[in-house]
Amino acid sequence: MGRIKNIFVFMFLIGCFIYPAGCISTVMFPVPDTLLHQDYGNRMGIPTANGAILFDPAYLYNILVYCGTVGIMPKKAVKKTVKPDFLIVVIGNRTGRDGIHGATFSSASLEKNIPTSVVQIGNPIIEKKILDALMVARDKNLYSAITDCGAGGLSSAVGELSQECGAIVYLDRVLLKYPDLKPWEIWVSESQERMVLAVPPKNFSSLKKIFEAEDVEYACIGKFTSTKRIEIYHGKEIVGNLDLDWLFGKGQLPALTAFFEEKKTADIIPENIEIKDVFLHLLGDPVIASKEIVVRQYDHEVQAHTIIKPLLGFNSSGPSDAIVLAPLYGKYEGIVVSCGINPWYGMIDPYHMAGCCIDEALRNIVSCGGDPEKTAILDNFCWGNCNDPLELGKLTRCVKGCRDFALKYQVPFISGKDSLNNFFTKHDQTIVSIPGTLLISAISVIKDVTKSMSSDFKSAGNLIFLIGKTNNELGGSRLFNLLNITGGCVPHAIPEISMPAMKKLHTAITENLVRACHDCSEGGLAIALAEMMIGSGYGAEIELEKVSCPVKEPVVALFSESQGRFIVEVDQTCIDKFEKLFKGLPCAYIGRVIPDFSLKIFYGDAVILDLDGEQIKQKWSGAITW
Amino acid sequence: MVKIIILRTAGTNCDLETEWACFKAGAKPSRIHISNVTSKRINLLDYDVVIIPGGFSYGDDLGAGKVFANEINWKLKDLLEKFREKGRPIIGICNGFQVLVKGKKLPFWNKQTASLVWNDSGRFEDRWVYLGVEKSISPFFKNMPEIIRFPVAHAEGKFILKNNFLLTKLEKNKQIVLRYVNPSGENAPYPYNPNGSTAAIAGVCDETGLVVGMMPHPERAIINIHQPDWLRNQNKEVYYYGFQFFKNVIEYCL
Repeated sequence: MGRIKNIFVFMFLIGCFIYPAGCISTVMFPVPDTLLHQDYGNRMGIPTANGAILFDPAYLYNILVYCGTVGIMPKKAVKKTVKPDFLIVVIGNRTGRDGIHGATFSSASLEKNIPTSVVQIGNPIIEKKILDALMVARDKNLYSAITDCGAGGLSSAVGELSQECGAIVYLDRVLLKYPDLKPWEIWVSESQERMVLAVPPKNFSSLKKIFEAEDVEYACIGKFTSTKRIEIYHGKEIVGNLDLDWLFGKGQLPALTAFFEEKKTADIIPENIEIKDVFLHLLGDPVIASKEIVVRQYDHEVQAHTIIKPLLGFNSSGPSDAIVLAPLYGKYEGIVVSCGINPWYGMIDPYHMAGCCIDEALRNIVSCGGDPEKTAILDNFCWGNCNDPLELGKLTRCVKGCRDFALKYQVPFISGKDSLNNFFTKHDQTIVSIPGTLLISAISVIKDVTKSMSSDFKSAGNLIFLIGKTNNELGGSRLFNLLNITGGCVPHAIPEISMPAMKKLHTAITENLVRACHDCSEGGLAIALAEMMIGSGYGAEIELEKVSCPVKEPVVALFSESQGRFIVEVDQTCIDKFEKLFKGLPCAYIGRVIPDFSLKIFYGDAVILDLDGEQIKQKWSGAITW
Repeated sequence: MVKIIILRTAGTNCDLETEWACFKAGAKPSRIHISNVTSKRINLLDYDVVIIPGGFSYGDDLGAGKVFANEINWKLKDLLEKFREKGRPIIGICNGFQVLVKGKKLPFWNKQTASLVWNDSGRFEDRWVYLGVEKSISPFFKNMPEIIRFPVAHAEGKFILKNNFLLTKLEKNKQIVLRYVNPSGENAPYPYNPNGSTAAIAGVCDETGLVVGMMPHPERAIINIHQPDWLRNQNKEVYYYGFQFFKNVIEYCL
């Protein structure tokens, strides 16, 4: 058992989640994009289990793709040490001209004269071999520091490792894909699947054996020194000699101007809405509709850790809020991974977009059984032209939102990334920036994955509760997108109510008081109810007037995207305990689960909506069929 | 203790969960890179069972499993021949099934009579399927109900045979172990048959019943909570039928 435990505890990759915020002029557009990721993750054997796909014409010139990976490592591998005389070893792929200036390209606009060399050519099998070999080497402590060749290639990888001491590098020793690369090309190429290790000289022979057994190429390209300089040779010729203190010293920060004016938002209540029509249209809205066709193309359960899968419920047809993984074989401790993203709120106010994204990521975590008090988040910004004071103003406001809301929710930001200057210059020289886009990913722990929760209704007769307050917050909502209404009041996250409610909900889930739980996000209450039905084969009967909402309009109660809201299914026998738990917090009984597969919504005596479940399901799952 | 060798190579990626499944079912599994066997550092005959797990061996660049298949067909030919003569099980799952078929081991030993080609959908697909457990000569599918569920996750899983005569032969010999069915156990089109396999074949065995290959992943269906709808079912058993499969293999070897 000892050996097995080692492998599993030190196991590395558990989840990879991908959120292409794509664009469509025709729905075919994002396909090659998603396929590329699918192919890499699947071949590497990394479950790609959580994600989102968004569509808006504003991404026409710059498609965004976000992805991230979660892993587990032994504590002892956290510390990196680099000492003079340690060897600099490059392993994995050979270096070629692919990916020169790749980092610059990632923010560049896609114009006709971009050289093809900026695109790296990936090879997942080489990466898998590196991984297999490195895990063995790591557990034997054969290297003392490791970093990947990301943006800037060897220049940044060796640079980072040698920061405290110095290095001497022989570029002619780097293995090349083909001859005749110029020294500078070798130094900055971003060819993929390369890692740089710092290796104590006595370990090099054991390390070589491991690489050879796993068929991994390697080259010792130099060593670390104590000179505080990076000296770069090609053969006998010095091609670079840089002072590290200067390189890592404080540079001059540019001063930029940012400007933001908060818009006065008026409450808008749309009139003369045919609710049934609007509801059916929203179900088929590509942002809301089922992404099954994409999800299935990713292997989301390789490694057999995925306990709450992206599609679940009856016939695996319902959507999941987040995913739960049990990464240690034979153990029930798990992690929960989710995301929150909504660029439409940001078009009105990036500050509240930040609050909403954090709230959504947390809601998704809690809906699947994660502990909101043991959750960490990360931020990924993709922004437009930051030399434009207005764009920079929005970014500044978004960052401020992240800071303020993280403090209010008391969730730590543990990592993040940004990609700025995503804009396109059109023929008439007008600049089109992407909408400022913020992705919040959240990761949490769950003590026992058998206490996870899913969103599909479990049995007829159970009662349905709505947690959280509904306000007239239709600004940036899917309804307003559908009706082409700009403006309106953007949803405001209210951590003071949201967080205590989430803590209580977590308690209720752990104490088995809840049978199903789903958060209200895009499309509001109506869409959330439909999604809970689709995964269950049961229906719901809702008394809409019971939804606590200051505006007595069904359309607001149904489609407002107010934050901090959950729909919860509770067994009759648990009602007392459940209601007692939520005393003092907004939590209202709004209806019940019914045996026939249909959605019936009443407002007082009036029937607002009466739709057959099959029609709902067909609309929702039939919209995206690339 | 039953010793199981899980043969892996560059691109194998279901070896860890297969190892755990074997361990859980009571065997002593080892994940071994094929280079150790071809270089004779490790003797295949020291083991009781060979499992070739899922993945994308060598990137599936020349067709799923093709390079690995050539390796076992040319470099391990005699060893595997001896292994089989001793009546020891050889099992291929997903990519391993592709390897055994293209390496001339299944469904008839030393002949390539079948292949696994691109799914009719033209896509990689990950989904749980219903499987009819056939009355076959393989001893590894006992103590299971008539219909079970395992996940499939592949792009090239459509099982095809050289001719119809071979299908009749397979059926007559009871060499079909698993078929894709609908929840009532009937033959049904996509998505129940996820790839368009001939006669909805999901798994086959050779003439001895001990060399078995299948596209579905039993190692991803070991415990109850591996099922996509485990929160809906009342069954509180800890183990699921993937576990039973590995247990059957191990019990056969005892």
